[in-house]
Amino acid sequence: MMKTTMIFGTLVSTAFAAGIASASTLDDVKARGELVCGVNTGLVGFAAPDDSGEWKGFDVAICRAVAAAVLGDQSKVRFVPTSSQTRFTVLASGEVDMLVRNTTWTFSRDADLKFTFAGVNYYDGQGFMVNKDMGISSAKELDGATVCIQTGTTTELNLADFFKVNNMSYEPVPVETNAEGQQQYLARACDVYTTDASGLAATRATFADPENHIVLPEIISKEPLGPLVRHGDDQWADIVMWTLNALVAAEEYGVTSANLEELSKSSPNPEIKRLLGSEGELGAMLGLDATWAKRAIAANGNYGEIFAATIGESTPIALARGLNAQWTQGGLLYTPPFR
Amino acid sequence: MASLPDANQGEFRLGMLFYDTRYRSLTIQVIFFMLFMAGAAWLVNNVIENLRILGKDFDFGFLTVRAGYDINQRLVEYSNDSTHARAMLIGLLNTLLLAFLACITATIVGILAGVLRLSKNWVVARLMTLYVETFRNVPLLLWILLVNAIMTESMPSPRDFRGADATASMMLNDSVAVTNRGIYVPEPLFTNSLGNIDIGIFLISIDLLAVLAAVYVGIYINRAVLRRATRIQHETGVRPTTWWQSVLLIAGIPLVLLALLGFHLGYPEMKGFNFSGGIHLRNSLLAMWIALTLYTGAFIAEIVRAGILAISRGQSEASFALGMQPGRTMQLVVLPQALRVIIPPLISQYLNITKNTSLALAVGYMDLRSTLGGTTINVTGRELEGMMLMMLVYLVISLIISGAMNFYNTRVQLRSR
Repeated sequence: MMKTTMIFGTLVSTAFAAGIASASTLDDVKARGELVCGVNTGLVGFAAPDDSGEWKGFDVAICRAVAAAVLGDQSKVRFVPTSSQTRFTVLASGEVDMLVRNTTWTFSRDADLKFTFAGVNYYDGQGFMVNKDMGISSAKELDGATVCIQTGTTTELNLADFFKVNNMSYEPVPVETNAEGQQQYLARACDVYTTDASGLAATRATFADPENHIVLPEIISKEPLGPLVRHGDDQWADIVMWTLNALVAAEEYGVTSANLEELSKSSPNPEIKRLLGSEGELGAMLGLDATWAKRAIAANGNYGEIFAATIGESTPIALARGLNAQWTQGGLLYTPPFR
Repeated sequence: MASLPDANQGEFRLGMLFYDTRYRSLTIQVIFFMLFMAGAAWLVNNVIENLRILGKDFDFGFLTVRAGYDINQRLVEYSNDSTHARAMLIGLLNTLLLAFLACITATIVGILAGVLRLSKNWVVARLMTLYVETFRNVPLLLWILLVNAIMTESMPSPRDFRGADATASMMLNDSVAVTNRGIYVPEPLFTNSLGNIDIGIFLISIDLLAVLAAVYVGIYINRAVLRRATRIQHETGVRPTTWWQSVLLIAGIPLVLLALLGFHLGYPEMKGFNFSGGIHLRNSLLAMWIALTLYTGAFIAEIVRAGILAISRGQSEASFALGMQPGRTMQLVVLPQALRVIIPPLISQYLNITKNTSLALAVGYMDLRSTLGGTTINVTGRELEGMMLMMLVYLVISLIISGAMNFYNTRVQLRSR
């Protein structure tokens, strides 16, 4: 009998002890040999699978750069599509290592939801898209309109504020994904589709008749979109943040995927040398090797190259750099020094 | 020297807990209970531990914070300045409205289909078989999406109603507009309205209460009239004609009240982007309602058919032999007995409808799942609290429905004498 009791006791105590024993995210990723990255369910230009099923886009490129920096191979990423409703739960539960999903950096998400934003990869703002034949040129003329909106987003709250401030009424039609919003908008079940201006441009680019739709000039909010990680693992947050910074800095210093090898050998600029690991110990401070940033840039190019290839003016999405230009070009991109 | 007959029985050994049938079942129960509690404690501990690691607390304070988002279908007052608790109430009322409407229509559809499936007419019976088998064998979510897609894609947009060369027009003497944003129907208005009473949480229209009271009074007096007719029939053998009295009482009293209140209809009108005035039955509500009705109706049809088939043929044959017509046989002999078989599984179907309303998010119907379980959780980040609250609410609703139906069930049960 004594024995049985002891077995039960041991069982119970091991059960209690078997809580979560969490190593650092960096160790987890290395041990797994794969980075798990939460992205949009499908927003062309930012994150969407292409014809061959391979994930492509601006947000996807950030994930790939981090994978290249940490694991040395940009293809070692598993993408987890998340809806606007599920994204935070997926990140908080540890199902993904990082989330790059057009997610706005807000106070409460940072402080209350316990996430850490690792910088901003796209400075955005909420806009409205309408059909041209409605003859509307300003969002102030939208009184009484039916508006399609993704639920569980900051845009839902901005929308309420905008109409309230301008003393207008509207009828919200909640939708769960961008695809659903697009379908409702095209069926004219709503007059207006509202989301981040970049999202509108990306959505509009997939229409059969993009020229018949306009994005109204009003930008009603600040939407700094950035990658985020769980609160509490500062090393991992640093890795994601400085990978993003490395991409931005590379553009500032003129380091591209084409001249990367050459510059890493011959550049006289000490800042470039430190960035590319030819000088200094920056990589070791992050818990990575010396050429982490070089690999990140080599993956898909610097920030400017990624922008141009995924959402820039030569793509169907045709977004101008605008606020997302380097600070030297009148934009907001400004990385702290690599030193 | 007398022997000690049960010398051993007084002595208790530990092994008897397992080998003695007197104790064994108790031992097993105690062990299972301990294991169960240990499992539960582990789960709770795990949650607490994880919350601590994430640095989160467990707090329902978010319910009193301003919600900040808008809800399109509101049965009672709500604005984005209201609290999350209020948003939850709006969602709850939308859930209850949908469940209520769907339970009624599914029952009607189910009974019709179930009875017709037993029809001797080959075409009718096969058609009903087709209906039942199609609807109950395809997931509900697909039906909801299908109905929603049909309504958004194939109905005219409100702008088609506008201008001199309108391509769409309103129906039924310009009173009903069917659009891809839903159906606009006339709304009842009162010129001499009695106003509203505030019961603290929301306002209730006194006009509505008055009309309901009038209907109830009419039915109550009508029952007295019918009792009197039956008494006269018993005494004299001749039943006095009462139908015109019934019509006067049941329809007349409410109609007089409506006239006094100055009842008239407010018609929807094209104004700006949308129709205004009238009642707007949104696509999301209609899609949910129609899909839930047809889907659950198919199950109820089978339950009704099973209930009727459970009554032996001898019963109806005996009834026919007594000269009763098929209709009266169904009404007086078969259905009262079949109900006893039908009610218990019917309860499950009503519970299913209520729980299935939580699929509403798929078409953007703002039910409890979409308000509390959707936007509120997302805005506040309180998944655990929100989900637990939502589970509690669904549990309470289901228990209430179940309790009410069980009460009804005991009423129709066979009284054994």
